[in-house]
Amino acid sequence: MVKRIVVGAHYGLRDWIAQRATAVYMAVYTILFAAAALGLPEMSYPAWHGLFSNGLVRFLTLLFFFALIYHAWIGVRDIYMDYIKPVGIRLALHVVTIFVLVGYAGWAAQILWRL
Amino acid sequence: MPEATVRKPRPKFLALHEIRLPLPGIVSIFHRVSGAGLFLLLPFLIYLFDLSLGSPETFATYKAIVANPLVKLVLLGLLWAYLHHFCAGIRFLLLDLHQGVELEAARKSSQLVLIVSLALTVVIGVMLW
Repeated sequence: MVKRIVVGAHYGLRDWIAQRATAVYMAVYTILFAAAALGLPEMSYPAWHGLFSNGLVRFLTLLFFFALIYHAWIGVRDIYMDYIKPVGIRLALHVVTIFVLVGYAGWAAQILWRL
Repeated sequence: MPEATVRKPRPKFLALHEIRLPLPGIVSIFHRVSGAGLFLLLPFLIYLFDLSLGSPETFATYKAIVANPLVKLVLLGLLWAYLHHFCAGIRFLLLDLHQGVELEAARKSSQLVLIVSLALTVVIGVMLW
Protein backbone atom coordinates (compact mmCIF):
# COMPACT_ATOMS: atom_id res chain seq x y z
CA MET A 1 0.00 0.00 0.00
CA VAL A 2 1.20 3.41 -0.84
CA LYS A 3 1.14 5.69 2.09
CA ARG A 4 1.04 9.25 1.05
CA ILE A 5 2.08 11.91 3.46
CA VAL A 6 1.20 15.35 2.28
CA VAL A 7 3.51 17.83 3.82
CA GLY A 8 4.58 21.34 3.12
CA ALA A 9 3.46 24.87 3.65
CA HIS A 10 0.78 24.65 0.95
CA TYR A 11 2.07 27.71 -0.87
CA GLY A 12 1.04 26.05 -4.09
CA LEU A 13 -2.50 25.48 -2.93
CA ARG A 14 -2.85 29.03 -1.67
CA ASP A 15 -1.80 30.46 -5.05
CA TRP A 16 -3.95 27.95 -6.89
CA ILE A 17 -6.98 29.13 -4.96
CA ALA A 18 -6.01 32.80 -5.23
CA GLN A 19 -5.69 32.49 -8.99
CA ARG A 20 -9.22 31.13 -9.20
CA ALA A 21 -10.74 33.50 -6.67
CA THR A 22 -9.29 36.53 -8.45
CA ALA A 23 -10.47 35.09 -11.77
CA VAL A 24 -14.04 34.77 -10.53
CA TYR A 25 -14.01 38.31 -9.17
CA MET A 26 -12.65 39.72 -12.42
CA ALA A 27 -15.19 37.78 -14.48
CA VAL A 28 -18.09 39.15 -12.43
CA TYR A 29 -16.63 42.66 -12.50
CA THR A 30 -16.15 42.46 -16.28
CA ILE A 31 -19.80 41.63 -16.87
CA LEU A 32 -21.07 44.30 -14.47
CA PHE A 33 -18.68 46.91 -15.83
CA ALA A 34 -19.50 46.10 -19.45
CA ALA A 35 -23.18 46.52 -18.65
CA ALA A 36 -22.53 49.85 -16.92
CA ALA A 37 -20.31 51.13 -19.73
CA LEU A 38 -22.77 50.07 -22.41
CA GLY A 39 -25.49 51.84 -20.43
CA LEU A 40 -23.70 55.18 -20.80
CA PRO A 41 -25.64 57.54 -23.04
CA GLU A 42 -22.46 58.45 -24.94
CA MET A 43 -18.71 57.91 -24.72
CA SER A 44 -17.83 61.43 -23.59
CA TYR A 45 -15.57 62.67 -20.83
CA PRO A 46 -18.41 63.79 -18.49
CA ALA A 47 -20.24 60.47 -18.86
CA TRP A 48 -17.07 58.37 -18.46
CA HIS A 49 -15.79 60.45 -15.56
CA GLY A 50 -19.25 60.39 -13.97
CA LEU A 51 -19.28 56.59 -14.01
CA PHE A 52 -16.07 56.51 -11.96
CA SER A 53 -17.12 59.29 -9.61
CA ASN A 54 -19.44 56.71 -8.06
CA GLY A 55 -17.66 55.51 -4.92
CA LEU A 56 -18.76 51.90 -5.34
CA VAL A 57 -17.54 51.76 -8.95
CA ARG A 58 -14.21 53.21 -7.87
CA PHE A 59 -13.84 50.72 -5.02
CA LEU A 60 -14.79 47.73 -7.17
CA THR A 61 -12.46 48.92 -9.94
CA LEU A 62 -9.54 49.25 -7.56
CA LEU A 63 -10.30 45.77 -6.28
CA PHE A 64 -10.34 44.62 -9.91
CA PHE A 65 -6.84 46.03 -10.42
CA PHE A 66 -5.53 44.34 -7.29
CA ALA A 67 -7.12 41.03 -8.34
CA LEU A 68 -5.65 41.47 -11.81
CA ILE A 69 -2.17 42.06 -10.44
CA TYR A 70 -2.23 39.06 -8.12
CA HIS A 71 -3.67 36.93 -10.91
CA ALA A 72 -1.03 38.16 -13.37
CA TRP A 73 1.74 37.45 -10.88
CA ILE A 74 0.70 33.81 -10.47
CA GLY A 75 0.22 33.34 -14.20
CA VAL A 76 3.50 34.95 -15.21
CA ARG A 77 5.38 33.09 -12.49
CA ASP A 78 3.95 29.82 -13.83
CA ILE A 79 5.20 30.72 -17.30
CA TYR A 80 8.70 31.44 -15.92
CA MET A 81 8.67 28.14 -14.03
CA ASP A 82 7.89 26.29 -17.25
CA TYR A 83 10.32 27.96 -19.62
CA ILE A 84 13.06 29.76 -17.71
CA LYS A 85 15.44 27.19 -16.25
CA PRO A 86 18.56 29.18 -15.19
CA VAL A 87 17.94 30.21 -11.59
CA GLY A 88 19.60 33.60 -11.90
CA ILE A 89 17.56 34.71 -14.87
CA ARG A 90 14.37 33.38 -13.32
CA LEU A 91 15.06 35.21 -10.08
CA ALA A 92 15.77 38.43 -11.94
CA LEU A 93 12.55 38.08 -13.90
CA HIS A 94 10.62 37.44 -10.69
CA VAL A 95 12.01 40.58 -9.10
CA VAL A 96 11.36 42.74 -12.15
CA THR A 97 7.84 41.37 -12.50
CA ILE A 98 7.01 42.03 -8.86
CA PHE A 99 8.36 45.58 -9.04
CA VAL A 100 6.46 46.28 -12.22
CA LEU A 101 3.21 44.83 -10.89
CA VAL A 102 3.43 46.68 -7.58
CA GLY A 103 4.06 49.81 -9.61
CA TYR A 104 0.94 49.15 -11.67
CA ALA A 105 -1.07 48.74 -8.48
CA GLY A 106 0.11 52.12 -7.25
CA TRP A 107 -0.54 53.67 -10.63
CA ALA A 108 -4.10 52.32 -10.74
CA ALA A 109 -4.76 53.52 -7.19
CA GLN A 110 -3.46 56.95 -8.10
CA ILE A 111 -5.70 57.15 -11.19
CA LEU A 112 -8.78 56.25 -9.19
CA TRP A 113 -7.92 58.32 -6.10
CA ARG A 114 -7.30 61.47 -8.06
CA LEU A 115 -10.90 61.55 -9.27
CA MET B 1 11.74 2.01 -2.08
CA PRO B 2 14.00 0.75 -4.87
CA GLU B 3 15.45 3.53 -6.91
CA ALA B 4 15.19 3.18 -10.66
CA THR B 5 18.80 3.45 -11.76
CA VAL B 6 18.65 2.23 -15.34
CA ARG B 7 16.81 4.68 -17.48
CA LYS B 8 15.60 3.63 -20.86
CA PRO B 9 16.28 6.36 -23.37
CA ARG B 10 12.87 7.52 -24.37
CA PRO B 11 12.25 8.91 -27.81
CA LYS B 12 11.67 12.62 -27.82
CA PHE B 13 9.40 14.11 -30.38
CA LEU B 14 9.29 17.80 -29.91
CA ALA B 15 9.12 19.07 -33.46
CA LEU B 16 6.64 21.83 -32.68
CA HIS B 17 5.49 22.25 -36.26
CA GLU B 18 4.71 18.56 -36.53
CA ILE B 19 2.79 18.14 -33.31
CA ARG B 20 -0.91 18.20 -33.95
CA LEU B 21 -2.35 19.75 -30.85
CA PRO B 22 -5.93 18.66 -30.09
CA LEU B 23 -8.53 21.40 -29.73
CA PRO B 24 -8.41 21.53 -25.90
CA GLY B 25 -4.65 21.87 -26.22
CA ILE B 26 -5.05 24.81 -28.58
CA VAL B 27 -7.43 26.50 -26.14
CA SER B 28 -4.92 25.86 -23.36
CA ILE B 29 -1.90 27.34 -25.16
CA PHE B 30 -4.00 30.31 -26.34
CA HIS B 31 -4.95 30.85 -22.72
CA ARG B 32 -1.28 31.13 -21.84
CA VAL B 33 -0.33 33.26 -24.84
CA SER B 34 -3.27 35.62 -24.33
CA GLY B 35 -2.41 35.98 -20.66
CA ALA B 36 1.22 36.76 -21.46
CA GLY B 37 0.18 39.27 -24.12
CA LEU B 38 -2.21 41.02 -21.75
CA PHE B 39 0.50 41.17 -19.11
CA LEU B 40 3.04 42.65 -21.53
CA LEU B 41 0.67 45.32 -22.80
CA LEU B 42 -0.86 46.08 -19.40
CA PRO B 43 1.15 49.32 -18.97
CA PHE B 44 -0.24 50.59 -22.27
CA LEU B 45 -3.79 49.81 -21.14
CA ILE B 46 -3.30 51.50 -17.77
CA TYR B 47 -1.79 54.47 -19.59
CA LEU B 48 -4.91 54.75 -21.76
CA PHE B 49 -7.11 54.39 -18.69
CA ASP B 50 -5.11 57.14 -17.00
CA LEU B 51 -5.55 59.47 -19.99
CA SER B 52 -9.26 58.71 -20.27
CA LEU B 53 -9.93 59.80 -16.68
CA GLY B 54 -7.43 62.63 -16.26
CA SER B 55 -9.15 65.71 -17.64
CA PRO B 56 -11.12 66.69 -20.76
CA GLU B 57 -7.78 67.45 -22.44
CA THR B 58 -6.19 64.07 -21.70
CA PHE B 59 -9.48 62.45 -22.67
CA ALA B 60 -9.10 64.09 -26.08
CA THR B 61 -5.54 62.73 -26.28
CA TYR B 62 -6.88 59.29 -25.39
CA LYS B 63 -9.49 59.58 -28.17
CA ALA B 64 -6.82 60.59 -30.66
CA ILE B 65 -4.55 57.66 -29.74
CA VAL B 66 -7.38 55.18 -29.92
CA ALA B 67 -8.45 56.55 -33.31
CA ASN B 68 -5.12 55.46 -34.82
CA PRO B 69 -5.81 52.39 -37.00
CA LEU B 70 -2.71 50.58 -35.79
CA VAL B 71 -3.65 51.15 -32.14
CA LYS B 72 -7.16 50.01 -32.95
CA LEU B 73 -5.78 46.80 -34.37
CA VAL B 74 -3.66 46.19 -31.27
CA LEU B 75 -6.63 46.91 -29.01
CA LEU B 76 -8.80 44.56 -31.05
CA GLY B 77 -6.15 41.88 -30.57
CA LEU B 78 -6.10 42.57 -26.84
CA LEU B 79 -9.88 42.41 -26.75
CA TRP B 80 -9.72 38.99 -28.34
CA ALA B 81 -6.99 37.96 -25.89
CA TYR B 82 -9.11 39.14 -22.96
CA LEU B 83 -12.25 37.42 -24.21
CA HIS B 84 -10.42 34.19 -24.98
CA HIS B 85 -8.78 34.25 -21.57
CA PHE B 86 -12.19 34.95 -20.04
CA CYS B 87 -14.03 32.13 -21.84
CA ALA B 88 -11.22 29.59 -21.51
CA GLY B 89 -10.88 30.55 -17.85
CA ILE B 90 -14.55 29.78 -17.20
CA ARG B 91 -14.02 26.45 -18.94
CA PHE B 92 -11.02 25.67 -16.73
CA LEU B 93 -13.00 26.58 -13.61
CA LEU B 94 -15.72 24.17 -14.68
CA LEU B 95 -13.11 21.48 -15.33
CA ASP B 96 -11.80 22.11 -11.81
CA LEU B 97 -15.31 21.37 -10.60
CA HIS B 98 -15.26 18.14 -12.64
CA GLN B 99 -17.75 19.47 -15.14
CA GLY B 100 -17.27 18.29 -18.70
CA VAL B 101 -14.08 16.34 -18.15
CA GLU B 102 -15.05 13.52 -20.54
CA LEU B 103 -13.27 13.63 -23.88
CA GLU B 104 -16.31 14.43 -25.98
CA ALA B 105 -17.53 17.17 -23.65
CA ALA B 106 -14.04 18.64 -23.33
CA ARG B 107 -13.72 18.83 -27.11
CA LYS B 108 -17.13 20.44 -27.44
CA SER B 109 -16.44 23.03 -24.75
CA SER B 110 -13.07 23.97 -26.24
CA GLN B 111 -14.78 24.45 -29.59
CA LEU B 112 -17.35 26.61 -27.85
CA VAL B 113 -14.64 28.71 -26.18
CA LEU B 114 -12.96 29.45 -29.53
CA ILE B 115 -16.24 30.30 -31.26
CA VAL B 116 -17.76 32.38 -28.47
CA SER B 117 -14.63 34.42 -27.81
CA LEU B 118 -14.20 35.17 -31.53
CA ALA B 119 -17.88 36.04 -31.94
CA LEU B 120 -17.81 38.33 -28.89
CA THR B 121 -14.66 40.00 -30.23
CA VAL B 122 -16.43 40.71 -33.53
CA VAL B 123 -19.60 42.00 -31.82
CA ILE B 124 -17.83 44.20 -29.25
CA GLY B 125 -15.22 45.26 -31.79
CA VAL B 126 -17.94 46.47 -34.17
CA MET B 127 -19.72 48.25 -31.31
CA LEU B 128 -16.57 50.07 -30.23
CA TRP B 129 -15.17 50.85 -33.65
